Amino acid sequence: MASLFTGFMTDTWVAATMVAVVAGVVGFFVVLRGSSFVAHAIPHGSFGGAAGAALLVGVDGTILGISGTIAGLFVFAVAGALGIGWLGRRGRHDVATALSLVMMLGLGFLFLSWSGQYADALYSLLFGEVFGIPASDLLPMAVLGLLCVVGIASLFRPLMLSSVLPEVGEARGVRAGWVETGFLMVVALATTMTVPVVGVLLMFSLMLGPAAASRSVTSNPRAALAMSVGIAVLTVWIGIVLSYASNWPLGFFVGVSGAVWFVAGRAWAWRRRIRGVPLAA
Amino acid sequence: MSALVPSDGAATLDGEAPATLEVSGVTVSVSGREVLRDVSFRLAPGQLTALIGSNGAGKTTLFRVILGLQAPTAGTILVDGHPRARRNPMIGYVPQRVFLDPDMPLRARDVVSLGLDGHRLGLGLRRHADQRRRVEEMLGAVDALRFADSRVGNLSGGEQQRVLIAHALVSRPRLLILDEPLANLDLRAEREVVDLLGRITRDQGISVLISAHDMNPLLPVMHRLVYLARGRAATGTVEEVVRPEVLSDLYGQHVDVLRVHDRILVVAGADERLPAGLRHAGSAAGAAPHTERWEP
Repeated sequence: MASLFTGFMTDTWVAATMVAVVAGVVGFFVVLRGSSFVAHAIPHGSFGGAAGAALLVGVDGTILGISGTIAGLFVFAVAGALGIGWLGRRGRHDVATALSLVMMLGLGFLFLSWSGQYADALYSLLFGEVFGIPASDLLPMAVLGLLCVVGIASLFRPLMLSSVLPEVGEARGVRAGWVETGFLMVVALATTMTVPVVGVLLMFSLMLGPAAASRSVTSNPRAALAMSVGIAVLTVWIGIVLSYASNWPLGFFVGVSGAVWFVAGRAWAWRRRIRGVPLAA
Repeated sequence: MSALVPSDGAATLDGEAPATLEVSGVTVSVSGREVLRDVSFRLAPGQLTALIGSNGAGKTTLFRVILGLQAPTAGTILVDGHPRARRNPMIGYVPQRVFLDPDMPLRARDVVSLGLDGHRLGLGLRRHADQRRRVEEMLGAVDALRFADSRVGNLSGGEQQRVLIAHALVSRPRLLILDEPLANLDLRAEREVVDLLGRITRDQGISVLISAHDMNPLLPVMHRLVYLARGRAATGTVEEVVRPEVLSDLYGQHVDVLRVHDRILVVAGADERLPAGLRHAGSAAGAAPHTERWEP
């Protein structure tokens, strides 16, 4: 077990913890705003960007000194966020999200078909590769993660107001459109840094599970945010240990525990309800 | 506009108090259709004014114009003597039909706090003692202390309405605007909210403007009303405005005003062109006025 904390494993712990913090913070507002579909679409669509980058510079290539995969994810995630924000103001939000998703996926498919030999390496983006994070990726990840956390912390109150009482926010000068765009950009940044570690599919469950569980336990918004981060961090830590010990993929543990946390949170709320304790306490 | 429709002049305001809201000659056209035509009225501090009109009469449009969310095609709006603008701290606003997720981690107290600083950046972790005191004070003013720590989505419609009123009032506006605050409330909650609004108007010395499709629940507390029909407005006291001549002119058809047990019913009159047997059905179909309410 000692080797859990040596060599490349240190990078794994650092990367996974950063990912968990970002997923917990961003996930809180994803659940609050009912933006699960957006949180699903941006990571999945950004996969196409990684495929495009692989086609341009190869799977292990770099663009302007940044890993091609991260650069590709970034471009597609940001483009997707802007597309969803722009189209969403002009039509139904869910339709705009779906259209952006299928367009990015379609492009990704095309890139993959042009560069078939890289498909295996890109496959790892779906489920993540927490034990193979290159040390050179840690700095860009830390910068993106910091941007996400600072972004959510600065937008906390306007996001809250705009999510809960959009008309009141508008009347007080909090433009729902700008808040939405800012939030989508944060989701895009979070996608870019988390997908290489936990993968497209699991980033989604790491954002939703802890946030959904925490809101069942506490009614204080700031406490719920903190708890969401705590549960997400705990999830990846437990996942790493179990994955290391069992040699099963980390994604399995993260995905399953996302659902487990959610059920545990509901059970907690249900227990309080039948005992007659007000949920508010 | 016909001379029969009373419109506010400076003379109708008591004393020297400046108007908290002055709407003059506001016209709003949306894709060529006039939603509001030459609407003028003034609100004085300490007065509760009801904005009465059926669905589609232009109530929500008028609110959006006052809140600065929509520009009028013509006319001016002064809030406390200044041209209206977005982010006007002088106006507190309670929107219509808010759906709040019951699982949302947000307490009544948090909603009121957002009224104080929801537009500011940052987490808002360090609140001044006087800000916290102000939130408590507002929760007390709307009788919400009992459920201040409950999830706001779990509260009843009347309780949520009170929390939203506290949210709107906490930043000390000069004008409070409520869009259909009595819709979807049961009779008891309705009476509680009406009493609360009357008390707030008196105690806080602010102007309160409430939209409703039925004026009756508001009669005990309201000082004046703005009656909207077909985009036009008649303004004054109930006695001045709710008269068959005034409302017939506003609706452009004959309208009867009936008083039954302190209730006022505005009903479309018989249309002389229809045969007697069809008059009732005809008037019902053409009945733009809709303020009747039958309760035991």
